[in-house]
Amino acid sequence: MVTPEVRFLAAEKIPTLLKRLGERYRVFAPVKVSETTVLFQEYREGVQIVLDRQTTAPAKEIIFPQTERLLSYTYRKDPEDPQKIELQVEEAPQSAPRTIIFGARPCDARGFRVFDSVFTAGPYEDPYYSSRRQQTTIVTIFCTQPQNTCFCTSVGTGPTDTEGSDLVLTPITEGYLAEAITEKGKELLQDEAFVSAQERVEEAQRAKEGIKLESELDLEGIPQRLMELFSTDFWERVSAKCISCGACTYLCPTCYCFNITDEAAGLEGERVRTWDSCMFYQYTLEASGHNPRPTKAERYRNRVGHKFSYHPINYEGMIGCCGCGRCIKSCPVSLDIRQVLREAKAYG
Amino acid sequence: MEILDKLKEDIRGELEGVSLVIGWERGYDSLHTTPLFIRCPEDIDRLIWNPLCVHNLASYLPWFKGRRVGILVKGCDSRTVIQLLQERLIQREEVVIFGIPCQGVVDLAKIRARVDCSQVRGVSFKGDKIAIETPQGQRELPLEEILATKCISCQYPTPLIYDHLAGEAISSHRPPGLLFAEVEKIEKLDPKERFAYWQQELQRCIRCYACRNACPLCVCQDFCAADARDPHWLSQKTGIGEKFMWQILHAIHLAGRCTDCGECERACPMDIPIQRIRKKINKEIKELFGYEAGVNLEVTPPLYTFQVEEPAIKEREW
Ligand code: SF4
Ligand code: SF4
Ligand code: SF4
Ligand code: SF4
Repeated sequence: MVTPEVRFLAAEKIPTLLKRLGERYRVFAPVKVSETTVLFQEYREGVQIVLDRQTTAPAKEIIFPQTERLLSYTYRKDPEDPQKIELQVEEAPQSAPRTIIFGARPCDARGFRVFDSVFTAGPYEDPYYSSRRQQTTIVTIFCTQPQNTCFCTSVGTGPTDTEGSDLVLTPITEGYLAEAITEKGKELLQDEAFVSAQERVEEAQRAKEGIKLESELDLEGIPQRLMELFSTDFWERVSAKCISCGACTYLCPTCYCFNITDEAAGLEGERVRTWDSCMFYQYTLEASGHNPRPTKAERYRNRVGHKFSYHPINYEGMIGCCGCGRCIKSCPVSLDIRQVLREAKAYG
Repeated sequence: MEILDKLKEDIRGELEGVSLVIGWERGYDSLHTTPLFIRCPEDIDRLIWNPLCVHNLASYLPWFKGRRVGILVKGCDSRTVIQLLQERLIQREEVVIFGIPCQGVVDLAKIRARVDCSQVRGVSFKGDKIAIETPQGQRELPLEEILATKCISCQYPTPLIYDHLAGEAISSHRPPGLLFAEVEKIEKLDPKERFAYWQQELQRCIRCYACRNACPLCVCQDFCAADARDPHWLSQKTGIGEKFMWQILHAIHLAGRCTDCGECERACPMDIPIQRIRKKINKEIKELFGYEAGVNLEVTPPLYTFQVEEPAIKEREW
């Protein structure tokens, strides 16, 4: 029997579905971890899954973890000759287990597309990222209630965008209409939790058509405009209230900068890759002590410039932002990147 | 005269003599405000004052060292200014202080826990209630339930230092006994439970340092030991141990300096109740040295000085 590519998934079936999938995959889903925070966590029975809102942090961590062990090392002293030290190195495996991200948003999926252009499309391929990416199936929920901070439609994606997803879910009464986008998605539809969609297709269509996104941004000419503003005092003005923390970058689905350090404890240690942020002073601090981005103005310029100018210029027009709005919503001083871009157009 | 009108009038009078004045304006929606840097008279029109003006703007003062700037402060924020002056991190003649007698500001996390705030269409204040309009309808919440925790035990609603005061001074009607209520609750847990509690909360920390950068007294900032490259003091890993370590580092460096402004917790994007850790240290400092940070310009903070014998530390008897 051939499974149709459109099926219905009842909301009440989700826990058993995830449990079953958990036998073959690592399954991540949005879990309520405190009164106000929802995070992707490995699914366990009994957790509270929350699918009606954007998660506090994006799905980024699952494919690009905040701490990645690259290798472990041990120094061994020869008891006969303490001068002789032997170094043992054990590399971390580069092959990832099969994984499902259940309940991503179109902006999460778009975030990985931005990562792909850097980590998999060459000239250098990142083996850790690549392997996880290949092994991951993304099940995305369409956003029937975009937030005040969402502006995905302005950056080339949108609340019903299927790009980068393997299976998409449209919320309808008592469940979701599931549509397979890729072969990986079709494979999931084989599960018995997905049943005939029958007349629900139309309801889903209406749900999609009813979606309204308040925030629109005109980004025409922005890549060049930001270049023109490079050496002006525009950046000092717009970054005046920024406190130069890492909340926006660490919660951003399209920020991928990292640091590599050796973390030693006695005679053994690990070489790890950890997230880094261009909003931090240390990020560009050079060994000589010189820092080309000494103040938050240069650092904020880099964050906006990278996403809306350098990235589209280097990667065939793809904006390095998925419009998720987390940097606005989670910013301690509510610095609004949309407003900065509007002002950039009007400045001078 | 309304507080806001008085503020605007006072700012207009001082604007020429300062580089800028820091206040608040409407943010990206009606629930959020954002810091406003007033540089010209037209900017003054954007100024607002209401219980959504949550930010402690005194955090910006050390950035402006060497320039004369104006600053709007609530009662709690004024304690930051005093502590900064005590530590000589700012100069009195470089700040013009516009004080506001304050009845309390909201805790957005407490609102978010009760109302879906992702599509707020309007906010208004009706007596002792806040009304929040969303596509699902209007929700009214008693202010008392969503006030910032610091406001519930606030002893200094009127700024303790100012050049201009917007309105009549008011005195506190809040019980001082509530100051350490949350800490006392945690102290009652046995060490195992306490550890489990913090493990559960700190698990979601992303080491973004919003807590550090928002803290007005965290003055090392760019040179913080937590992410120093050389020497490499702290592991950059993000296990629970490193997260604990970071919190302890911050809290200890704030001992006898923390003014209980709540910015660290307010700034945390993961809504971790980290102010409780600072409060615990504040409690110890109060018990040991009888000191409360930022309330008296004339006093030297306890860890900035040395007494051969401290009255509350029993050196000779056990
Ligand atoms: S820059 Fe902001 S809106 Fe864009 S992807 Fe990053 S967090 Fe989301
Ligand atoms: S940014 Fe777009 S895709 Fe992301 S949560 Fe908002 S509406 Fe959905
Ligand atoms: S530690 Fe927190 S409460 Fe204390 S001064 Fe800093 S920001 Fe304010
Ligand atoms: S602000 Fe919150 S998440 Fe960020 S480092 Fe501090 S405690 Fe951790």
